[in-house]
Amino acid sequence: MGSEVWIFAEQQDSRIRSVAFELLAEGRKLADSLQVPLCAVSLGHDVTGVEELIAGGADKVYLVDDASLADGDEDMLTEGLVSLVREHSPQILLAGATSLGNSVIPRTAASLHTGLSPNCTRLEIDPGTGLMMQTRSAYGGNVMAVMVCPDQKPQMATVRPHVFKKAAADASHTGKIVKVDFQKQGVTSRTRLIEAVKELSDKVKLEEADVIICGGRGMGSPDNFQMIEDLAQSMGAAVGATRPPVDDGWVPYSQQIGQTGKTVSSKVYIACGVSGAPQHLAGMQTSEMIIAINEDPTAPIFDIATYGIVGDCFKVLPLLASRIKASRE
Amino acid sequence: MNVFICMKQVPETPSVEIQEQSGTVVRGKGKPVINPSDLYALEEGVRLKEAHGCRVSVITMGPPEAEESLREALALGIDQAYLLCDSQFDGSDTLATAYVLSRAVHKIGEPGTIICGRQSTDGSTGQVAAQLAQWLDMPFAALVNRIEEVSEDRIKLRRLDDEGYRTVEMSLPGVISVVKEINEPRLPSLRGLMQSKKAKIPVWTAADLKVDPARIGSKGSPTRISSAFFPDRTRQAELLQGAPASQVDQLIDRLRSAGAI
Ligand SMILES: Cc1cc2nc3c(=O)[nH]c(=O)nc-3n(C[C@H](O)[C@H](O)[C@H](O)COP(=O)(O)OP(=O)(O)OC[C@H]3O[C@@H](n4cnc5c(N)ncnc54)[C@H](O)[C@@H]3O)c2cc1C
Ligand SMILES: Nc1ncnc2c1ncn2[C@@H]1O[C@H](COP(=O)(O)O)[C@@H](O)[C@H]1O
Repeated sequence: MGSEVWIFAEQQDSRIRSVAFELLAEGRKLADSLQVPLCAVSLGHDVTGVEELIAGGADKVYLVDDASLADGDEDMLTEGLVSLVREHSPQILLAGATSLGNSVIPRTAASLHTGLSPNCTRLEIDPGTGLMMQTRSAYGGNVMAVMVCPDQKPQMATVRPHVFKKAAADASHTGKIVKVDFQKQGVTSRTRLIEAVKELSDKVKLEEADVIICGGRGMGSPDNFQMIEDLAQSMGAAVGATRPPVDDGWVPYSQQIGQTGKTVSSKVYIACGVSGAPQHLAGMQTSEMIIAINEDPTAPIFDIATYGIVGDCFKVLPLLASRIKASRE
Repeated sequence: MNVFICMKQVPETPSVEIQEQSGTVVRGKGKPVINPSDLYALEEGVRLKEAHGCRVSVITMGPPEAEESLREALALGIDQAYLLCDSQFDGSDTLATAYVLSRAVHKIGEPGTIICGRQSTDGSTGQVAAQLAQWLDMPFAALVNRIEEVSEDRIKLRRLDDEGYRTVEMSLPGVISVVKEINEPRLPSLRGLMQSKKAKIPVWTAADLKVDPARIGSKGSPTRISSAFFPDRTRQAELLQGAPASQVDQLIDRLRSAGAI
C-alpha cells in the first residue's frame, strides 16, 4: 500500500477548526483514488472532539498532545509537524489557508524541501502519474494555474476555509487514534504570546453566513453604505465589501472579500455597486446564487451573476429592504 | 541594528498570456513597479532608521531592470540596495527564491529584523517570507500591523490572526511580514531622489552568493506549472426587467425560492 494522505487538523482554543472537516471531505476523495489511508494530524493540548475527525472521514488520527502546543506557538507546531512527516512520509499533506496555516505550512514545506501550492480551489489525482493536480488562481485572479510537485514528498497544498464543503458526519466510519509523543528536545520557541484579542462583533460572521450583502465603491459614501447594513439587517445577512470601501475606511478590513480579504461561499450573494474585478471574484465566485445590482450593464459582475438588475442601488436597495420588512410584519 | 527589506519588482497590472501549445504562463509586459505590499515594508524600515538609527538595506532578486525599483527604494531613505540577478535564478519558485534571499542575508551579515511584504501581486503566494525565515533558521511573525518596541535582540509586535490580533514578543534576528495597516508610505524627497541616482548598487550572481546550484532556478523548485487556463466567467446573469419596483418584486420571488427570506 502506498503512503498516506494527511490533513492538518488545526485547533484553536483546544477545538478543531471547521476547515479540518472540509479538508477531510476533500482528502477522502484523494485517498480513495490512490487507495491509501486518510489521516488527520492534530497537534495541541487537551483538544476536544478528536473522534469527530474519524466520523469526518479519517482512517487514523495522529494525536500529539503537549502543553507547549496549546496556544499555537508556530516554532513548536512547525517542528512537530516536520518531525511527524519525516517519520511517516505521507505522500500528500493538506492544510487550511488560515492565518496560522499560512505561516506554519510554508515553513514546514521549506524545512522538508518540498513544494507547496497555496489557496487551491481544486485538487485531484492524475490517473496516469498518481500526482496531485493543484489548481490555484494566480496573477491577481487573472489566470488559473494547475501546479504539480513531481519529485518531492509530501505534495503540499493549502485551501482557504469554506472553499470545500464538509461531508456529513458518519458515526459508522471506523478509525484509530495514534498518540505520538512530542519530541520537544532541541526545539526552542522564539516567540512569546503576550495577549490574544478577539475583535469579533456580534454581527453575523461573514464566512458562515448563508446570505451576504456586499457593497462596492458604487455605494459612494459611508452614509449610503448604511443601505447595505439596513438590507442585511432585514434579512439576517452578513455585510461584506470590496476593497475600495475598506481602503477609504467606510468598513473595517475584516469585511473585505476577495484575494486579499476573505473567501466566502454563501447560498446567496448580493453585490451592490460592485464591478466584478478578478481580485474580488476570487473571493466569492463559488457562491450558489449571485445577484448583481449595478447601473452599468457591461460590468463584469454580470458575467458571473445568476440574476442581475441593471439599475441604481440607491433606488433598488431601499425598496428591497422595505418590501422585505413589510413581508415580515 | 541591521534591517533588511525584501522587495520585489512586479508588473503594475498583473496581466498574463497563456501560450496555447505549451500551456505555460507568460507574464504580461505591464510597467514595472515596486510590489505594493513591499512599500509598507520599506516605510517601516525607514521609520526604524529614524527612530533607532538602524541601518536599512533592501534586497531584490530579479531582472536587471529591477535596479530602477531599487533606486526608488533608496530615494525613500533606505541606506543600501542589493540586486540578486542571474539567469540561473529564472524559474525559481518560493522555496528557491527564499533560498537565494537567505544567501544574500548571510553575505551581507549581522541581520537584525528582516521585513517582507504580505504578498506579491504576481506570484501572490504570500509564502516567501515564512520560507526565508526557515532557510535562515529564524523566528517568524506574519501579518504584523504594528511594531510596539524594538531592541537589539527582541521585538514586540502586533499581528493579525483570523479573529482579531495577537501581541507577541519575538527574539531577534527574525523575519516579519507586514500588512498595509501598519503605516502610510511616504513619497520620496527631492534630496533622496538626487542621492539615489548616484548610489552604487552591487549586483550579485549565483557565484557571488555561493549558492548550491541544485537549489535554484527551476531545478531547485519542487513545484511546476502543469497547465494554465483562464477562469470560466460565463454564468451570464438573467437580467430582471422592468421598473425598479417590478425588478424588486421579481428579485423577492427568487430570494424566497432560495430560502433567503
Ligand atoms: C493586489 C490586489 C489585491 C486586491 N484585492 C482585492 C480584494 O481582496 N477584494 C476586492 O474587492 N478588490 C481587491 N482589489 C481591487 C480590485 O482590483 C478592484 O479595484 C476592486 O474590487 C473594485 O471594487 P468595486 O467593484 O467596489 O469598485 P469599482 O470597480 O469602482 O466599481 C464600482 C461599480 O459600481 C457601479 N455603480 C456606481 N454607482 C452606482 C449606483 N448608484 N448604483 C449601482 N451601481 C453603481 C459602477 O458601474 C461600477 O461598476 C485588489 C487589487 C490588487 C491590485
Ligand atoms: N524576488 C524577490 N525578491 C525579494 N523579495 C521577494 C521576492 N519575492 C518575494 N519577496 C518578498 O516576499 C513577500 C511575499 O511574496 P510572495 O510569496 O511572492 O507573495 C514579498 O512581499 C517580498 O517582500
